[in-house]
Amino acid sequence: MSEPAVELRDVTKVFASTRGDVTEEVYAVQDMNLEIAQGEFFTLLGPSGCGKTTTLRLIAGFERPTRGEIFIQGRPMSKVPPNLRPVNTVFQNYALFPHLNVARNVGFGLEVRRVSRSERERRVHEALEMVQLAEMSNRKPSQLSGGQQQRVALARALVNQPAVLLLDEPLGALDLKLRKAMQIELKQLQAQVGITFIYVTHDQEEALTMSDRIAVMNKGRVLQVGDPVTLYERPASHFVADFIGESNFFRGVVEAVSGQVVELRVGGARVQATASDSPPSPGQEALFAIRPEKMRLAVSEEDLGLHGTIQEVIYIGTDTRYIVSVEAQPPVAVRVQNGCGIAPQEYRRGEAVQLFWLPEDAHLLAD
Amino acid sequence: MEKSRFPSFGLLYYWLIVIILFLPIFLLILFSFNDSTRLVFPLRGFTLQWYRQLSENSELIRAVRTSILLALGSSFLATVLGTMGALVVVRYEFPGRNIFVAVAALPLVIPYIILGVSLLIMLHSLGVRLSAWTAGLAHVVISLPYAMLVVIARLVGFPQNLEEAAMDLGATYWGALRRVTIPIIFPALTAAFLICFTISFDEFAIASFLVGTQPTLPVYLYSQLRFPTRLPLVVSMAAILMTASMAIVLISEWLRRVGQTPQPKKK
Repeated sequence: MSEPAVELRDVTKVFASTRGDVTEEVYAVQDMNLEIAQGEFFTLLGPSGCGKTTTLRLIAGFERPTRGEIFIQGRPMSKVPPNLRPVNTVFQNYALFPHLNVARNVGFGLEVRRVSRSERERRVHEALEMVQLAEMSNRKPSQLSGGQQQRVALARALVNQPAVLLLDEPLGALDLKLRKAMQIELKQLQAQVGITFIYVTHDQEEALTMSDRIAVMNKGRVLQVGDPVTLYERPASHFVADFIGESNFFRGVVEAVSGQVVELRVGGARVQATASDSPPSPGQEALFAIRPEKMRLAVSEEDLGLHGTIQEVIYIGTDTRYIVSVEAQPPVAVRVQNGCGIAPQEYRRGEAVQLFWLPEDAHLLAD
Repeated sequence: MEKSRFPSFGLLYYWLIVIILFLPIFLLILFSFNDSTRLVFPLRGFTLQWYRQLSENSELIRAVRTSILLALGSSFLATVLGTMGALVVVRYEFPGRNIFVAVAALPLVIPYIILGVSLLIMLHSLGVRLSAWTAGLAHVVISLPYAMLVVIARLVGFPQNLEEAAMDLGATYWGALRRVTIPIIFPALTAAFLICFTISFDEFAIASFLVGTQPTLPVYLYSQLRFPTRLPLVVSMAAILMTASMAIVLISEWLRRVGQTPQPKKK
């Protein structure tokens, strides 16, 4: 099937927020266009307040778009209430029903849809087996640990066999170790059931670990959509380069352009970077980003690369981090992996060094 | 941490207040078993004759029945309306929300005698005949704020997304209320109902204006005070009322707490 599982077309959501006498319009989501394929693990990633949870609530039907239309399996959803949409949600704080036991929590959706008792029992049992909680079926949610509650919430949603499963920071309340384990488990579960997952998180590492594709959001807009490798290796904007992983940013003036490779003057040095789309013209000021692990340090007699001084040496076992001060630029972070044949802490504080990188690892950014 | 000792002066003050508050009630109960029509010491001996006479007085029994039916009906209606109001107030942001709460809570501060007179004037000008129904409607008005405030207090600590979760799983809004919200807040609803019941059952001022020819129990008791020989009857009825009201308030308070504190983990 080529039809997308979920499609957002020019979706905008405006909230009116009243503070005192002043009512102002807040754009929670602005002109959003997305296509999410069947069976995809799709993540909405962004800082809190970026509109990712609002997007999820729009798809679930708890909010109505101010403009635009949402399609689920090709069907327009504007007139479909949440209870009739082929989606289920795993809520941030699980939202388990405290007055019902685990089995009745999981069977809730089937009970509402009047699935026969015998089939209900069979499917509830299957769902609980899948999350390894079959022996907990008579417990109340308050008698379960956070991780177990999380699994019940997952079973309660999946038992209805939705077309799309929406997950709103489902691992946010768990401790780090459990979160890591659950990330792998969720990913495997998704592959096993083959249901489209739309996952909301502010944790970039979590997004990179689990997703097929990620949409990076900020201030109600989607900035870039891509698979984890593309987003990390070729960020298109300052925000994406900064939010996912760590980046060094440089500002320079364009001197020459040949194809996608752009030659820039940064301070007194001539350096190279790569443009992802149309390159800027000579004379323009441009911003580019390089990951700390994509930079090399060297000491050379020749006047090559960017000159700097080692400001700080931080040894963290697997790596050594150098903070290098460069004239008229913010301090630059360089990460050197400790490996075979590389001396840890090769350079000392105060030492003059030169910074090198490959042109394709320096990305010219839109802003 | 060591708790600071309760000062002995405070203790004395406390017991003084308790005695002043409860001595009359204690005397009432004491005299209801006293074998005399006059409420003076020394006591004349133990008797149950006043209670027996109560049970044989058909007018009084009718008044009790009127009061009970009226209290049941009005507190049921007040609880339903109060719950609806509470859901709106807690769940939705809308202009004039504070005014809505203030208007609904107004009967808390209006003297009942004024409310009674104004309702009497209104009903009279509308040509409505006075009966237990009119008194019952007035009781809905005065007990509604109590019901609403009790339910609001419960809903404030109630996560909204439980209703959303129910709807997400296929329930309609009413289905979500019926399957999730109401079962969870049920102790608070019962508490609200019982509080409304005691308010209606004890209420005299409004009922005396609006009840017409079917007196409620308080109205009937007041009318009996004109006959000195029936005084012990009134006293023993009052003793029963006091005891029942206190029991109901205690039960409702207990239910309210059961509803709020999470169940302790078993095992």
